[in-house]
Amino acid sequence: MATVAVIDYGMGNLHSIAKALKAASPDANVIVSADKDIILSADHIVFPGVGAIRDCMAAIKEAGLDDVIKQVAKTKPLLGICIGMQALLEHSEENGGVDCLGIIPGNIIKFPANLKDSLNNKLKIPHMGWNVVNYSNKNPLFENIAQNDRFYFVHSYHAEKVGDNFVSATSNYPNAFPCALKWRNIVAVQFHPEKSQHAGIQLLKNFLNWDGTS
Amino acid sequence: MGLAKRIIPCLDVKNGRVVKGVKFVDIRDAGDPVEIARRYDKEGADEITFLDITATSDDRDTMVHVVEQVASEVFIPLTVGGGIRKLEDIRRMLKAGADKVGINSAAIFNPEFVKEAAERFGSQCIVVAIDAKCVSKEGEAKRWEIFTHGGRKKTGIDAVEWATKMAHYGAGEILLTSMDRDGTKIGFDLELTRTISEAVDVPVIASGGVGTLDHLVDGVTKGKADAVLAASIFHFAEYTIGEAKQHMQDNGIEVRL
Repeated sequence: MATVAVIDYGMGNLHSIAKALKAASPDANVIVSADKDIILSADHIVFPGVGAIRDCMAAIKEAGLDDVIKQVAKTKPLLGICIGMQALLEHSEENGGVDCLGIIPGNIIKFPANLKDSLNNKLKIPHMGWNVVNYSNKNPLFENIAQNDRFYFVHSYHAEKVGDNFVSATSNYPNAFPCALKWRNIVAVQFHPEKSQHAGIQLLKNFLNWDGTS
Repeated sequence: MGLAKRIIPCLDVKNGRVVKGVKFVDIRDAGDPVEIARRYDKEGADEITFLDITATSDDRDTMVHVVEQVASEVFIPLTVGGGIRKLEDIRRMLKAGADKVGINSAAIFNPEFVKEAAERFGSQCIVVAIDAKCVSKEGEAKRWEIFTHGGRKKTGIDAVEWATKMAHYGAGEILLTSMDRDGTKIGFDLELTRTISEAVDVPVIASGGVGTLDHLVDGVTKGKADAVLAASIFHFAEYTIGEAKQHMQDNGIEVRL
C-alpha cells in the first residue's frame, strides 16, 4: 500500500489535506507527521502551509525539518501547497524579507496595491476565490483536468522571477503569475487543491499516481 | 477570464438543525446541515458558511461534529461563525475542518482579539462579520452603525470606520450583513455594500435581504461585492445554486460554472 506523508510542522489545518488525499486515493495510507523517518520512508510527500512565511520557516527549522525537506526534494515525488510552495523558493519579501529553502530558483513578492480589473473595479488583496489555471502541455499534475479550470486561491504574495523551465501553470490577477511549478520530482501549487472540489481531487490523484520521473 | 465572484450559501444552525429566521426571529426549520451542505456542494457552491446560533456549550459540540462530517466529504472552503470568542474556539473549528472562522461580537468587545487571531492562524482564515444598520435620518448623508445582539443593541461604532479598522487588524475578509434587510427578501443594502467594499482592500461578502436572483447580480454590479451570501432562497429550493450562477453569468458576471 502506497504511503503519503503530510509534513506537519505545526502550521495550519492538515485535516483538510489529509481528507482530500484520502478522497483522491482511498487505498493510500495517509500519515500526517513531523517524524523524520516516517517522512523519509513515505512514497509521496505533501508539504502544506498557511499563514505568514516567517512563522512557517521558523517552525520548519525548529522542527528540524528543513534538511528533511531538502533530502526529500532530491528523491521523492513532493507536492508543495500554498506557503509550502513559497517556502521551496529562495526568498520572500513578506515580513520584511525571509530566506526560504532555496530548492527552486525564484522569489515571492506581494501583489501591488491599487490593482484594477478590466472594468476598473478594485482588485482585492488577498487574491481570494476561484481563478482559472492555464497549464503548459504535457503536465502529469493536470492530466484529466480541463485547461482554464478553476481552483481555489487565497494569498497576498505570489512567485516571480521563476525560470520559465520551472513554471508549469499560470493564473491572472490581473497580470499573469506562476501558480504551479515543476522541477524534476518536485511539483508545487499556489492554490489549494484540497479546497478545489473535483479539479482539486483530480490533481491530488494525479500527484499520487505520479512516480516523479515524467 | 479571471477571478470569479463567489456565491456562498449560509446555513444558520441551531441545535444541529438548519433554521432561518426573519430579522433574527421567527425561526423555521430547513433541515439537516450535513445533507444540505452536500446538496450545495453538488450544485456548485463556491464556499459554505455555517452560522452557529445556539447558545450553550453542549450545542457547540454539535456544531463541531457537523463541521467534521461536512469537511470529510465536501472539498470547498468552509466558514464557521457564531460564538467564536477565544483563540481556542478558532483552533477547535479549524481542527474540525473549517477553513475560516467568522468573528462578530468578540471583535467589538475586544478588537485586539482579531489581531491575535490573525497573527496566530493567518489572515486567510479570519473573517470579521459586521452587522450594520442605517442610522442617518432621511435627507442626511447615509451613515451606518454596528449593532450587536441580532440587531437589537446599538454600539455607536461607524460601520465604514470599523470595517477599515478590522481589515487593518488582520481580517482577511469582511462579511457584511445589513440588519435593515436581513430576512426581508427586498435585496441587499447596495449603498452600504458599495461604500464598505470601496473603503477596504480585502474582499467583502454581501449579506442580508436576497429574495431574487437579480438581487445577487445587483450585489456584485452595483454593490461591488466580491461574493454574495444568501440563505433562505436556497434552503427552501426556490432556486438552485446552479440557477443563481447561470443568472449571474447571463448578466455578465464571471462565475465558476
